[in-house]
Amino acid sequence: MTVTTEKSGAEPQWAVEIIALNKWYGDFHVLRDINLTVAKGERIVICGPSGGGKSTMLRCINRLEDWQRGRVVVDGKELTDDPKQIVAVRRDVGMVFQQFNLFPHLTVLENCTLAPIWVRHMPKKEAEELAMRYLRRVKIPDQALKYPARLSGGQQQRVAIARALCMSPNIMLFDEPTSALDPEMVKEVLNTMVELAGDGITMLVVTHEMGFARQVADRVIFMADGQIVEINEPKAFFDHPQHERTRLFLQQVLH
Amino acid sequence: MAAAEKIYLRQTPAAPLPPPATRAGILGWMRANLFSSPLNIALTIVCAGFILWVAPQLLRFFIFDAVWSGADRQACLASPQHPDVGACWAFIRVWSSYFVYGFYPAADRWRVDLFFFALAFGIVWVAWLGAPRRGLGAVYLFVVLPVLSYVLLSGLPLLGLENVPTTQWGGILVTIVVATVGIAASLPLGILLALGRRSAMPAVRFFSVIFIEFVRGVPLITVLFMASVMLPLFVPDRFSPDKLVRALIGVALFASAYMAEVVRGGLVSISRGQYEAAQALGLPYWRMMGLVILPQALQVTLPNIVNTFIGLFKDTTLVFIVGIFDFLRTIEAARGDPHWITPVTSVTGYAFAALFYFVCCYGMSRYARNVEARLARAHRR
Repeated sequence: MTVTTEKSGAEPQWAVEIIALNKWYGDFHVLRDINLTVAKGERIVICGPSGGGKSTMLRCINRLEDWQRGRVVVDGKELTDDPKQIVAVRRDVGMVFQQFNLFPHLTVLENCTLAPIWVRHMPKKEAEELAMRYLRRVKIPDQALKYPARLSGGQQQRVAIARALCMSPNIMLFDEPTSALDPEMVKEVLNTMVELAGDGITMLVVTHEMGFARQVADRVIFMADGQIVEINEPKAFFDHPQHERTRLFLQQVLH
Repeated sequence: MAAAEKIYLRQTPAAPLPPPATRAGILGWMRANLFSSPLNIALTIVCAGFILWVAPQLLRFFIFDAVWSGADRQACLASPQHPDVGACWAFIRVWSSYFVYGFYPAADRWRVDLFFFALAFGIVWVAWLGAPRRGLGAVYLFVVLPVLSYVLLSGLPLLGLENVPTTQWGGILVTIVVATVGIAASLPLGILLALGRRSAMPAVRFFSVIFIEFVRGVPLITVLFMASVMLPLFVPDRFSPDKLVRALIGVALFASAYMAEVVRGGLVSISRGQYEAAQALGLPYWRMMGLVILPQALQVTLPNIVNTFIGLFKDTTLVFIVGIFDFLRTIEAARGDPHWITPVTSVTGYAFAALFYFVCCYGMSRYARNVEARLARAHRR
């Protein structure tokens, strides 16, 4: 196998490798033989009907979900039961949740500096400068000293993105980041994500925002019944869906 | 007309107006809160009548007719000049040092005073939210103070402080020692047990559940008896700890089982999203608990924690059952003093005890409410 990365040969080739992943909730087979490799810098959008296993698959990548069979390798590090290894992977994988999950007892700034200070052992001053830099990027530096409860949903989600970015992750996971937002706030969050996509960070996004998929995705994945049904480039995916399920889904979503 | 109303377009913006000024002043407040309905009026009258009936009697007994000084029981006995005798505060005054120190040697009581002062200093340092260097205060309260207290109270001949066996301790000193040790030990132990009960490791979970359920299923008196009577049966005499220490261990374990359930209630109320967000940032277990989950859980459950502290403070009176002279026990002993036996001695003694416990417990309760209000305000900012 020829390694063509410019640095050392030890540099892992893929950002994420999911190999023959199977997961059951009790008797229910949620993830069925998932195989997926994501290249570094690639932007993936995952769509599909609810209950299809999209979020579950995404959450396996930082091991918020456990699985019974198969392997997941992130940045060359295989996720095993070893807590050290799991923490090591999570450090470099940012995640944004549907419900924001900001820490309500900390200010916006403290939300952003918590992990850099306690996980990366960064001096407080440096962490605060870093946090302010990212808060400026998501355009809410003036809210830094407020508590999350005082912010709108869109602002909270942008803080959540800044909080994840403060750990300088190699990979960002977005789990339906705009689903819990009021319609007029979806746009501000999507704009932040589009901007982020321009930076070359690896992104995996579970979303129903098909406009976003068309605009930034390198590949679009359609999942249903715990399986990957179709993977294609966005243009081909939307214009010429191959599978019957995909066509049906797109008809309903794009009306 | 009806057709014309179907389409509407505002022509002038509606300016904000101040709220109407009804129910202002004391009269307005009284009308709204005391006399708003027939039932409310009836309750107000009944309560006011009860207060008017009881308050003068209490005031007369405890203040106006009370005896404030005297050398012995004669002062507190009814006489022709003095037909109505109220509380015998003279008795409390004469016995007060016994109530505070028990049989602690008189020459060494300055050590107890210094301990009280050092404890009060530490509590104020940590509890006063605006105090400087509160982290250092916590180190002082939880590391320096226990060592200092032990040296002061128990003595260290090396430093010229003679040993005072705990059998000579008593009164408020013992009550404060038992309560502070119980409170200081039960919170961390309770947190550990609560986390253990929710642990993913079956052995840890099993041990925690067994401990919590066993201790909660047994009265404190039984725990104290077991600690003081059964422990010596299993442990050889020379390793057997002091009687007071055994009671302290019993109280601490008992309180921590209750605290564990209180803390668990707080942990349950924290949403899974908080755990997941902390994990996704790469925080390991203890960091996640210490920085994200516990601060929120303890805040939610603060009223219950203080409730447990107050319960514990009053439960310390049960240590008399294993022969320890706590504050209430010293009053029990003193009220039988033949020099002071009068019809009002016991009442005065118990009233004094009630006052002491009330001041301590109400203080804790008020402080907790202040902290609660302050935290609630802060997080809405």
